[in-house]
Amino acid sequence: MMGAEFVALSLPPLLIGVFAAVACALPGNFLLLRRQALIGDAISHVVLPGIVLAFLATGVVAAWPMMLGAGIAALAAVVLIEVIRRLGRIEPGAAMGVVFTSMFAGGVLLLEQSDTSSVHLDVQHALYGSLESLIWLDGFGWASLLDWEALQGLPPELTRMALTLAFVAVFTAVLWRPLKLSTFDEGFAQTLGLRTNLLGLALVVVAAIAAVAAFDAVGSIIVIAMFICPPAAARLMTNRLERQIGWSVLFATLSAVLGYVLAGYGPLWLGFENAVSAAGMIATVSGLILLVTALAGPCRTRAGAPTET
Amino acid sequence: MHLELATQDGHRKDVGKDTRSPLEIRGLTVSYGEKPALFSVDATFEPGAMTAIIGPNGAGKSTLLKAALGIVKPVSGRIRSYGKSLSAQRHRIAYVPQRASVDWDFPTRVLDVVLMGLYRQLGLLGRVRPKHLEIAMSCLARVGMEGFADRQIGQLSGGQQQRVFLARALAQGADLYLLDEPFAGVDAATEKAIIAVLKALKEQGKTVIAVHHDLATVPDYFDRVFIINTSRVAEGPVAEAFVPEYLQEAYGGRLATAQMGAAG
Repeated sequence: MMGAEFVALSLPPLLIGVFAAVACALPGNFLLLRRQALIGDAISHVVLPGIVLAFLATGVVAAWPMMLGAGIAALAAVVLIEVIRRLGRIEPGAAMGVVFTSMFAGGVLLLEQSDTSSVHLDVQHALYGSLESLIWLDGFGWASLLDWEALQGLPPELTRMALTLAFVAVFTAVLWRPLKLSTFDEGFAQTLGLRTNLLGLALVVVAAIAAVAAFDAVGSIIVIAMFICPPAAARLMTNRLERQIGWSVLFATLSAVLGYVLAGYGPLWLGFENAVSAAGMIATVSGLILLVTALAGPCRTRAGAPTET
Repeated sequence: MHLELATQDGHRKDVGKDTRSPLEIRGLTVSYGEKPALFSVDATFEPGAMTAIIGPNGAGKSTLLKAALGIVKPVSGRIRSYGKSLSAQRHRIAYVPQRASVDWDFPTRVLDVVLMGLYRQLGLLGRVRPKHLEIAMSCLARVGMEGFADRQIGQLSGGQQQRVFLARALAQGADLYLLDEPFAGVDAATEKAIIAVLKALKEQGKTVIAVHHDLATVPDYFDRVFIINTSRVAEGPVAEAFVPEYLQEAYGGRLATAQMGAAG
């Protein structure tokens, strides 16, 4: 299992899964505390019309135009959510609900009405992604990792996801202090001269970038799960944001690795013949981790809810 | 420091004292919907004084503070602080928001909240050094909370939370302190501790402006009042402005006799 076959068939999807999970979990921590965790759900739905439009415009199923279309759709949705929230003076959740359902419905309509049936562009693909197919044909054992030519044969999703994760990590590290401050006490942050609106928008845009990159590589189920489950489980493990981030990265990694292995080998161990979807299993594992922490995590109690005045 | 070139009142000679108004508001109108929350409010707050902003519920007291701090965008109006624009004076202004305005389940410690007051010193990536911790701990000590530095903020009582907020404002090392209902829902010991800290600030020549609810304590705690009910009703020293005539005008029939007694 750990030999050449592993390097070629399992290592790339494993890494892509881990990178995608962590890239979504990092901004998820802040979105969760800002009561905006559903934005991951929203983004993974609204990218559909963007992808379809990108296909209609270019006529090919290629990664970059589709990611561009998805990115534009995500940004349009983020702006639309903000506009509706401010003009209508309503809960962010309500604004998200309105925007993502209508944009997703629009995407489905577009998909149905346009001639996309001939290509591999369907809802199932969007949901589960195709983690298992992201293999490395040039990988002949661990030595290939040092072979430049072989490395060039790595699935492009791996490079994209690694770059996305690096970007998300740098964003979180550099803007750590303002993000924490404005998430805890927006009014106070403003009196320090922080542009909290801009900061909030930047956070959502970064989340959108992570979501679109992950969506392209692993499908929307992982995106939706990773924005919420690892941060929520991490919050139940600690009362300090610094440690919560650490726990969420650990849980995201654990979900990706465990989920991938269980999907590939679990059914065999149980005597079934076929493997199950890795994306589905990764999301399931993250949900199980959340369940365990919700039942036994050390920081489950809402200690001191503020008294109404 | 901030020396005035031409001081109007000759007796005020203390070097380093800024005699310009720490907060000057002109023609401030704020609207959340169709109805204005504040209408054409003028206010000039005295340096080195403790001023209570009072008025009935929904009179725009908190809105006045928030607009003065740039948190709420006004329809019209001008804010000046020590003769300059707000953005030029942010380092001289500390703010204590309403306690209920934040989620106290936020995963952080008391010490971290106080360190937030040092943001302007620390910057984006500056390391928290021993001197910063020292400042934060001394601010906690001033509000009697030095033993709680490592507590998660959700484990504090309402009064303790309010003290932590005050400690964070102290850490800002400002000249002007704006507090939104600092005594709302706190225990008697905390109220005493807070007012002692505020009076000490005044002794150091700092300016304190607080939205205040309890009319009975106004004469004990403050030397000036600013009475508001969407528009300005009165402003001045407690002896002159905190009188039944103005209170009746601001509160109308809602003013209880007991409070009137305390006021008159």
